Amino acid sequence: MEKAKRNGLVLFTDYQQGSAVKKAVTLTRDDILFELREAKLKGRGGAGFPTSTKWMLTAAAIADKKYIVCNADEGEPGTFKDRVLLLEYPELVFEGMVIAGYTIGAEYGFVYLRGEYNYMLKSLNDYLAMMRKENLLGKDIAGKKGFNFDIEIKLGAGAYVCGEETALIESLEGNRGEPRNRPPYPVNRGYLGYPTIVNNVETLASVPHIINKGGEWYCTNGTDKSTGSKLFSVSGDCEKPGVYELPWGTTINELLDLVGAKDTKAVQVGGASGVCLNQEQFGRKLAYEDAGTGGSIMIFNSKRSMIKVLKNFMEFFVEESCGQCTPCRIGNRKLLEGVEMIEKGTFTFGYINSLKELAKTMQIASKCGLGQSSPNSFLSILENFDDEIFHSKGNGVSHVN
Amino acid sequence: MLVYEKNSLAEEIEELVKTYGNERPSLLPILEAIQSKYNYISDFAQQEIAQHLAIHPVEVYSVISFYSFLHAEPKGRNIVRLCQTISCDLAGKSKVAEAIQKELGIRFGETTRDRRITLEYTNCLGMCDCGPAMIVNDAVYTHLDPQRAIKILSEIK
Amino acid sequence: MSTNNNNHRAPVSQKPLKVPKPQDTTTIGSMISIEINEKKFSVPFGTTILEACRDNQIYVPSLCHHEDLCIAGVCRICVVEVEGMKTLQASCAFPITQQIKVKTTSERVRRARRHIIDLMLSEHYGECYSCVRNKNCELQNLAGEYGVDGFTFGHPEKPVFEIDRSSYSVMRDMNKCVLCRRCVRTCIDIQEVGVLEAVERGDKTKISTFFDRPLNDVICINCGQCINRCPTGALFTNDPSDEIWAAIDDPKKHVVIQTAPSPRAAIGEEFGMPAGKSYTRELNTALRRIGFDKVFDTNYSADLTIMEEGTELLLRLKKKLVDKDDSVKLPQFTSCSPGWVKFIEHFYPEYLDYLSTAKSPQQMFGAITKTFYAQESGVNPEDIVTVAVMPCSAKKFECNRPEMTDSGFKDVDYGLTTRELAKMIKEAGLHLPELPKSDFDDPFGEASGAGLIFGATGGVMEAALRTAYELVTGREVPFENLRIEACRGFEGIKQASVKLENVKTEWKFLEGVDFKFVVAHGTANARKVMEMLKAGELNDVHFIEIMACPGGCIGGGGQPIPTSPEIRKLRAKAIYEEEESLPIRKSHENPHIAYIYEKFLTDGPCGHISHKLLHTHYTKRGDFIV
Repeated sequence: MEKAKRNGLVLFTDYQQGSAVKKAVTLTRDDILFELREAKLKGRGGAGFPTSTKWMLTAAAIADKKYIVCNADEGEPGTFKDRVLLLEYPELVFEGMVIAGYTIGAEYGFVYLRGEYNYMLKSLNDYLAMMRKENLLGKDIAGKKGFNFDIEIKLGAGAYVCGEETALIESLEGNRGEPRNRPPYPVNRGYLGYPTIVNNVETLASVPHIINKGGEWYCTNGTDKSTGSKLFSVSGDCEKPGVYELPWGTTINELLDLVGAKDTKAVQVGGASGVCLNQEQFGRKLAYEDAGTGGSIMIFNSKRSMIKVLKNFMEFFVEESCGQCTPCRIGNRKLLEGVEMIEKGTFTFGYINSLKELAKTMQIASKCGLGQSSPNSFLSILENFDDEIFHSKGNGVSHVN
Repeated sequence: MLVYEKNSLAEEIEELVKTYGNERPSLLPILEAIQSKYNYISDFAQQEIAQHLAIHPVEVYSVISFYSFLHAEPKGRNIVRLCQTISCDLAGKSKVAEAIQKELGIRFGETTRDRRITLEYTNCLGMCDCGPAMIVNDAVYTHLDPQRAIKILSEIK
Repeated sequence: MSTNNNNHRAPVSQKPLKVPKPQDTTTIGSMISIEINEKKFSVPFGTTILEACRDNQIYVPSLCHHEDLCIAGVCRICVVEVEGMKTLQASCAFPITQQIKVKTTSERVRRARRHIIDLMLSEHYGECYSCVRNKNCELQNLAGEYGVDGFTFGHPEKPVFEIDRSSYSVMRDMNKCVLCRRCVRTCIDIQEVGVLEAVERGDKTKISTFFDRPLNDVICINCGQCINRCPTGALFTNDPSDEIWAAIDDPKKHVVIQTAPSPRAAIGEEFGMPAGKSYTRELNTALRRIGFDKVFDTNYSADLTIMEEGTELLLRLKKKLVDKDDSVKLPQFTSCSPGWVKFIEHFYPEYLDYLSTAKSPQQMFGAITKTFYAQESGVNPEDIVTVAVMPCSAKKFECNRPEMTDSGFKDVDYGLTTRELAKMIKEAGLHLPELPKSDFDDPFGEASGAGLIFGATGGVMEAALRTAYELVTGREVPFENLRIEACRGFEGIKQASVKLENVKTEWKFLEGVDFKFVVAHGTANARKVMEMLKAGELNDVHFIEIMACPGGCIGGGGQPIPTSPEIRKLRAKAIYEEEESLPIRKSHENPHIAYIYEKFLTDGPCGHISHKLLHTHYTKRGDFIV
């Protein structure tokens, strides 16, 4: 899909480059925080933490330096919205960072770009150079005396876990991308120990439109608890995969119609760390309060073997776990072994039940979001496709009953 | 490694340290620069870097081994990474994988005898809407099928 | 390693992202009230949940946590429920900064802990009864406590890793590793040696050396601190006890053992006794019953070390101050800690000339046993087997150094750790604390208290000062009951000085000199001292004592496990108490020392004979890993 053909509600609408920054510098910090709070903007990476709260805590923290980090380590399987935003709408992302810098009093921002997106690096750096020329970065930005801010792009090197905000900070500091203990949270002790905001690309890209049009306008889309729009990365068995901007609250059925998905058996919402829904659940709404997601929608038609899908997910986590905490490092391996047993028909129901219990422990005892969410697909696929996996022939699954 | 090669590598690392600084946060950019030029980071390079950053060589080794795109062992001149994650898998990654393995005569994880290509799997490349996808060094190729993949590989030197 | 900054750091994720505790807990807001298992407590702001529980006698299990180390929060054994939080929290890593309600044994918590132990066991190869850590293993204890009686998630049937037996001192069996990373934090944070780190990620994560090289090929200093902090049997010492038994069983062999003070102050712990009591004379009985032919006191050769090292220092001072010889290096560093010696050989090889050439007490003992003792007792030195009981794993490496053969034989055949000796005693069917007391054998049975206190950090300095001060001034050191407090205690780096006044005529050049000394323990502190020296901040210092292990030898890598700050204090106390009860407390007053200089080392301290037998040289190793 090309940019010209995209249409949407917020992000995929016309935007005058620099307009939000120019407006923001005429506002006070509190005005901006007020608009964000009105907009009820929540983190678009999937966790859904209120953006205004994060910014406010960082703004309130007392420190000589503060940092803005744009989390462009988009690694969740089935997610590619940030790729589109960075390639086609860099102005929204970067200006969102500038506004964040203005709001919390930071002078420096990083974009942590996943290594896989290295090919974008040059165009993004060119864009930043252009912004510097236009006085949208650098000293006294947009004529505002004393407001200095600049952005540097840092490359990741192939590690999914670096999308976790504290792992990302570790990686920025030159370490293994291993999540930190919390508390303290990055808003108090982040990059090099300074208060740091880590926001998803899409969250930051939403900010300029909110500044320009106001929080109240933003709430006209979406639901009460999930305001505004969301980018959905749609892939798998459908005619028109791609990135769609839809209001929160759209049902899965509506989305399937839109992308030309036929004969759909399962929809994985939220990527490998999300949940897998069956046809009975396609009426559910995509929203934080119902089926929440960072935007990954993967569609599987009736010919797909769900146990193979699950195996692919578990292989992913076994490799991508950072390996520091016990539940995630060994637990994911055990879940994968369980899936392989099911595939071969060498399992017992008793053991699978033990693994389900283990999966629940991983959800609560792992150190970070990776280990806490990696069992989601294991649990939801075994639950929602119980019949296919355990009680019927075909799909390469040996039958045990 | 020959002595003059060591010296020039040491000089290069010194230059990189000048560019990025000698603090720990410079580690990844320096490693990435060496990786992209040599396709791996030798034990000599690792110890040089450790020296400049005043950290232990094993810490450098530890960081390199953590990240999929950094290597401590020599690789081919070109690194080809085929996405193995679900959407590319659904879109026919296996056929592409088989075809390129057959064509190059190596398996994933191996390097061709002429050191032209190292073949690896990688996790989600963010090209799920246009899979199967692979990256050759830094360039991304999408909508692969066996013929197209082989053609692309035949063109790299 | 270069020195563009001194900020040798551990991975930040494992640094204690700690909230500073209030200095004064009486100010408003400095204490916080919390509820644990429905009971109310008041704790200082910033206390972790684990500390709060343990301070109030509520047991919460832990594994990756160690009192000496920064917080990791990786094993997850110590998880608890905090009201209002969806997930369980690692209590070791959770600082209390607001009122919270905690549950430490809820159903979710218990199940999670059992799962975690089960997961660890599923990757932990080996059978407990054939493990060096049987009955002293934290994983084994946890499995017992949580009733993990079946391997829910399996158990490895074959080892995955080959055991690294390359080192004379430290062995690594990664099949037993549970990835708690205590060794990593020990090696990087406490010792700043940097041999071990976690490598790879995901389920491939493991602890490794640089490029997975054998320990012998990397920059390991053999201090064994990692062993002392390993919760399982993944790290252990190279145990020579079978060879020693064989020597004892061989009627031709004359097996001689020397015991160092630190093992004596700690070995009771191996027999279930509380820390803080020395079993010196019970141990003599035990060793005789095991079958050792002679039982000697390492303190004797510690006295000898003081004579040699002290004389060397005075000679250096004379050369520098009187002869104006600038090639003489000062300050002089002690050389009795083999971990420290290897550390300086690796990391500061250009400073080896600052190191005293005197051998350590262990090696002096070996050298004179196979010469002087052989001569006096009429035993063929070829038949003598020398064993040294040491708190130390590096002593094993030291006795295998190729240069340590000045007697014409291998000076010391075996270095035996406290733990290994305890095992031999148990194997001999003896219960140490109940044994009758007996004395050491002559001629190396009498020693001064100065030799005894070598065991604690600052001890060598204190012993040296007692002798050197008296040699130079003719008077005792001016401290009550000979206690030189400036040398004592566990501060990382101690600096102090003694003024030399009214000196004897032969030491006139030292009149009015403020004799300055520095004491450091743990190689992280050693590194700091070396950087200070490099920066020229120690130009006016005369003598520096460095011990590789935290707390000195009493905290050595061969000592009973566990070792904690509290235990180190108790062991040091045991040593200082024993010392004050001894009749002789200055090395130069030991009559046996006078005897050996009269009979054998006839040209005196630092003379030709002692130079041949009691002094050594060092190797510029450097830190490049080939």
